[in-house]
Amino acid sequence: MTKFKTVPVTGAQPTRRDALKTLALGGGAAAALPLWARYAGAQTSEPIKVGFQVHRTGIGAAYGRWYDRTTSAAAALINEQGGINGRPLEIVSEDDGTDPKRGAEVVEKFATQHNCDIGFGTLFSHVVIGSAPRAGELKLPYFVVSEGHHVASGMLNRYTLQPGITDVKSQVQAMAPFVADNLGKKITMIFPDFAFGHDHRDYFTAAIEAQGGEVLEHIAIPPTETSFTKYFPKIPRDTEVIYHVMVGPAVLTFVKELGEFFGPQRPEMFGFIDSLEAVDLGSPGLEFLDGTYFWEGNPRYAQDNQSEYDAFFRERVGVDANGASVSDPKDASTYAHMFGCWETLHVVKAGMESAGYQGPKDRAALIEAVEAMTDMPHSNAHPQGAKIFNGKTHQVFGHQYVTKVVDGKLLLVHTTSIEDTYYPDEVDYTTQAL
Amino acid sequence: MDFGPYLMLATLEGTVTAAVLALTASGLALVFGVMRVVNVAHGEFFMLGAVLAWWVTHIVGGSAAIGFVAALIVVPILVGVLAAVTDMTILKRIDYDPERTIVATIGILYILQQVTLMTYGPDARPVTPPFNTRIALPWFEFVNGEPGIYWPWGLSITSYKLAVIGAASVVLMGLWLLMTRSKLGLLMRATEQDRDMALAFGIPVERIYAVVFGLGAAMAALAAVLIVPIQQAHYLMGADPLLLSFIVVIIGGLGSLPGTVLAALLIGLSDGIISVFFSPTLAKILATLVVAMVLVFRPQGLFGAKRT
Repeated sequence: MTKFKTVPVTGAQPTRRDALKTLALGGGAAAALPLWARYAGAQTSEPIKVGFQVHRTGIGAAYGRWYDRTTSAAAALINEQGGINGRPLEIVSEDDGTDPKRGAEVVEKFATQHNCDIGFGTLFSHVVIGSAPRAGELKLPYFVVSEGHHVASGMLNRYTLQPGITDVKSQVQAMAPFVADNLGKKITMIFPDFAFGHDHRDYFTAAIEAQGGEVLEHIAIPPTETSFTKYFPKIPRDTEVIYHVMVGPAVLTFVKELGEFFGPQRPEMFGFIDSLEAVDLGSPGLEFLDGTYFWEGNPRYAQDNQSEYDAFFRERVGVDANGASVSDPKDASTYAHMFGCWETLHVVKAGMESAGYQGPKDRAALIEAVEAMTDMPHSNAHPQGAKIFNGKTHQVFGHQYVTKVVDGKLLLVHTTSIEDTYYPDEVDYTTQAL
Repeated sequence: MDFGPYLMLATLEGTVTAAVLALTASGLALVFGVMRVVNVAHGEFFMLGAVLAWWVTHIVGGSAAIGFVAALIVVPILVGVLAAVTDMTILKRIDYDPERTIVATIGILYILQQVTLMTYGPDARPVTPPFNTRIALPWFEFVNGEPGIYWPWGLSITSYKLAVIGAASVVLMGLWLLMTRSKLGLLMRATEQDRDMALAFGIPVERIYAVVFGLGAAMAALAAVLIVPIQQAHYLMGADPLLLSFIVVIIGGLGSLPGTVLAALLIGLSDGIISVFFSPTLAKILATLVVAMVLVFRPQGLFGAKRT
């Protein structure tokens, strides 16, 4: 039997320098270990980390709140069903303040600090445009839920995908025939003065001209504006249809002042529901909207022909038949957009499973697996409707809905086909290096 | 829209802006005039007024009018007391040293803004106006040489916006009477003219400072309560009023109440008219240019007295 050497506890105390040396040695040793040794067993038990870039503060906060709730609900569902490749899904949320500069920093944090597998969930187009280049440099798959045309236009990179929500170009193109046939051909457009609004300006103007209509006036309003009446006199007197889309914290003021401006003699109105996302349609001052039309990505009010998938989605996220929170009927959701988070997470799950995703080294395989997708059938994973994904442009295409305000509720009057939303490819991301 | 109705609408909108701006800026001018403190947190007291107005109307419930009247009374007092406490606990401790007060008020700005974000949240919330009737205004035109009246699109104002203009005028009149006719006003003016001499005559200068700082913040809060049924309460809404107030105060002459009101009218109306006819960005550019010109050619402002 061998005796252990006893080391006297008292005696020379280690100096601070010694301690630092030891620490440095330990750190160096840890860094020198091969990756597998530090992450032994990670292949089965480590969670898959999704970096969720959320607009918790700033002008996108209302969307951020509901994107957050939808994402949590989708992650809970996926985990109940056994996670992804047998591993749990973990959402790592970071607020970007709806600010492009902060957005790029958040993406960097996901890649280098939180060791996230992917980045996900960005909505506002200027933040996407500010963040996506950094995601491309870091080779972090970046799944945006933004609607902007910047993905399919070729402006971004191979690591940026939009598989859960359609883009503005396809939306407005599908709306133009409805507006021209039912409402009028002389149109004045009011839109926010940044990338998202410019997509509306450029593509709707072209689409309505293709229908024989014309845009009489373009009125651009900064998204941080708080008072709007001063912009409205620019609306020409012979306008037949007001086309409005607005974002930011003051959308309710925007729509109210639009109503006060016209009073009883308003022209026809066609709005993108963005102008009223997260706003209770019963708010005082919105009565004039009765009889006007809206584009909706997903109808806020449960319709007569509601699908079982929509009912399932509403229940899981906690939204009632009027599109408000089940816990607070005044807390209107961003129903026309937030399904995109739910669907995108399901696309990520499907992509990771078909790529046999194990860790960050398989990021390129994940991109290729998603690029290979085409049909996405109407299901619990895609409650908004069936979709077709275009792997070359990284953009998904789907049905669009037109609703009409009747007695303070939005009733579905028209559903476009997926084909109505197609346009020729503008980029082939698959030719770019991974 | 035709030129005539267009100009009239722009003037009406500009007057509403000017009324609110005059209230906010006179608070800033008062604080600078009496205390020589450049209050960078002034915009946040404005924001706090709007947020508290939402909070008070929400708690009171009932009809919109009752909640609004309660907010109109309670909110300026709350914000004023908070500002007076801030003065006594922070600004007094740094001896109103000009550089340090700027840094301190920047700190207060961030504290107020972030505490609001943490408690009230990032959402913009509406306050229902106590009354809000749309008043359509007619315009005339000549059809075949005969004058006729017609109702152009958009040429309208709401009763509430008219009330804002009226209320702002009354409050400004009240402030002017307070400064020129009351004992408190006399003490304030004495402190403004010569702090040491006022102290020598037994005026409680420190207490006057707390009152003035509170009153200045209360003016901003009152302006916010008036505007919040038109706009909405949001934690980032303090930036614009702060910038515009500084512009107004510099043009009008720091510390001069009539100058401030006149400059507010000038900036508010030009903001309304220029942004209607050209663009809101141009309106801001021109306002800033005017400030630059005033600083170059008349650094004491239009109405300010030369200081030594």
